[in-house]
Amino acid sequence: MNRLKAILTALGHGITERLWRLGFAARFFFLLLVHSGQTFSRPRLLLREIWFSGVLSLVIILVSGLFVGLVLGLQGYETLQRYGSSEALGILVALSLVRELGPVVAALLFASRAGSAVTAEIGLMKATEQLKAMDMMAVNPIARVVAPRFWGGVISMPLLAALFSAVGVFGGYLIGVVFIGVDEGSFWSQMQASVDFRTDIMNGIIKSFVFGIAVALIAVFEGYDSIPTAEGVSRAITRTVVTSALAILALDFVLTSFMFRGL
Amino acid sequence: MPGFAFFIAEDQTSVTSAEPLVEISGLHFSYDQKPVLAGIDMVFPRGKLIAIMGGSGCGKTTLLRLIGGQLSPSSGAVRVSGQEVHKMGQSGLYALRRRMGMLFQFGALFTDISVFDNVAFALREHTDLPEELIRDLVLMKLNAVGLRGACDLMPNELSGGMARRVALARAIALDPMLMMYDEPFTGLDPISLGVIGQLIRRLNDALGATSVMVTHDIQETMLIVDYIYFMSAGRVVAEGTPDEIRASTDPFVHQFVHAEADGPVRFHYPAPDLEQSLLGAASGGRA
Repeated sequence: MNRLKAILTALGHGITERLWRLGFAARFFFLLLVHSGQTFSRPRLLLREIWFSGVLSLVIILVSGLFVGLVLGLQGYETLQRYGSSEALGILVALSLVRELGPVVAALLFASRAGSAVTAEIGLMKATEQLKAMDMMAVNPIARVVAPRFWGGVISMPLLAALFSAVGVFGGYLIGVVFIGVDEGSFWSQMQASVDFRTDIMNGIIKSFVFGIAVALIAVFEGYDSIPTAEGVSRAITRTVVTSALAILALDFVLTSFMFRGL
Repeated sequence: MPGFAFFIAEDQTSVTSAEPLVEISGLHFSYDQKPVLAGIDMVFPRGKLIAIMGGSGCGKTTLLRLIGGQLSPSSGAVRVSGQEVHKMGQSGLYALRRRMGMLFQFGALFTDISVFDNVAFALREHTDLPEELIRDLVLMKLNAVGLRGACDLMPNELSGGMARRVALARAIALDPMLMMYDEPFTGLDPISLGVIGQLIRRLNDALGATSVMVTHDIQETMLIVDYIYFMSAGRVVAEGTPDEIRASTDPFVHQFVHAEADGPVRFHYPAPDLEQSLLGAASGGRA
């Protein structure tokens, strides 16, 4: 009986603690939005963060996109040719990338490349009292440090996902058309005919935008809320990557079920 | 010190005013229901350099955070320049903080920007001054701490003493009326320590500022300050000018000034009787 009580107490404690944290995160998000004005009135702050989150993530995004496209080309051809429809390879590659793999894989890579860096940077600034010093200099750290990093991530994410898909399609083309010899004309024309701008491309962009918000918010919140020690910051970075990955996959399911219902 | 030129804002020239700059009355503060400050009363007259001394963990740094408005007291009040710090909104507090400078224990320099940009930070954030003028002001501040030549270095290229001096230059960038120093001497070699001590005194006088310094370095402090408060367990236990402190017969002050291990400040952290603890451990008292 006592043991049961202890288990229930621990469970309740864990749940309330997580709810509290969720509440803190919501309040933090609200503050972030309130203090976002400066980010857009001083474009240099924002550009710097787009450079760090977006441009510096380009290599990993482009290389991964290419490989995902290559694999899709191989696997897709393997399956499609059994049914004698290998010309549909273009559609398969493009739809898989634009609807799912582009936004999801790019977001996962973005979380581990840029999200972890943002958490580490903000966490270390907190641990070395830089955020407190800024606050004492009458400069709001949420406006000056957090908001530009958040918006930098939100803006970079859809662009990276789009590049990922584009390079992936090119990878599919390389394997399918150049190496295997699928007819080039049908590869592109079938893709063009079947990929709809609104239902496929726009929905993909909306997904990557939502993932961008989720990853950027998790990254800045974990950094800002980290325990200001070496161990605390390292845990915060782990939490950023883990929570982002779960959030991306869960959000992907929710968004997909709304977007592609009955198609 | 040659080249000691400062740009003193108009509102800071009235240092002759009789009203004290900072008044702390009946200040209580608890952290997680554990009392840290238990009724502090202090007065910092304008133009003076005041030290708050006491052992580690007696609430000195907390007191600075309360003066700067980064923490809120459970009761009592802090008045800076006649305004009650904890009754102000965010914008009022920020307006007040623009006239405060704070030197953090390890400098807290922004590690991603150069020494120059660190010192220029507040000027760029709070003023619309043209870049040439900011450059002149920054070089003047850096010259005052003797580091004009280091302006292009990054914070990770500085020694501890240099970092502290850059942080000092950054803290005085807006010519504050109140300077706060959190353990400015910690971890410095004797030369750097003397340099920082002299700088604190000279900057206070040159800026016409009021300074409050939290420290436990008794020797250096006695040389430079005007008045000392001793704190222990969240209370002021003694106060006076350095001469009064030297002559004091108060047991706490005596212990502190002569660095004795045991006295009113116990050597041991509160614990049950040693014999009892050991016996308890033997019989498996610790889970």
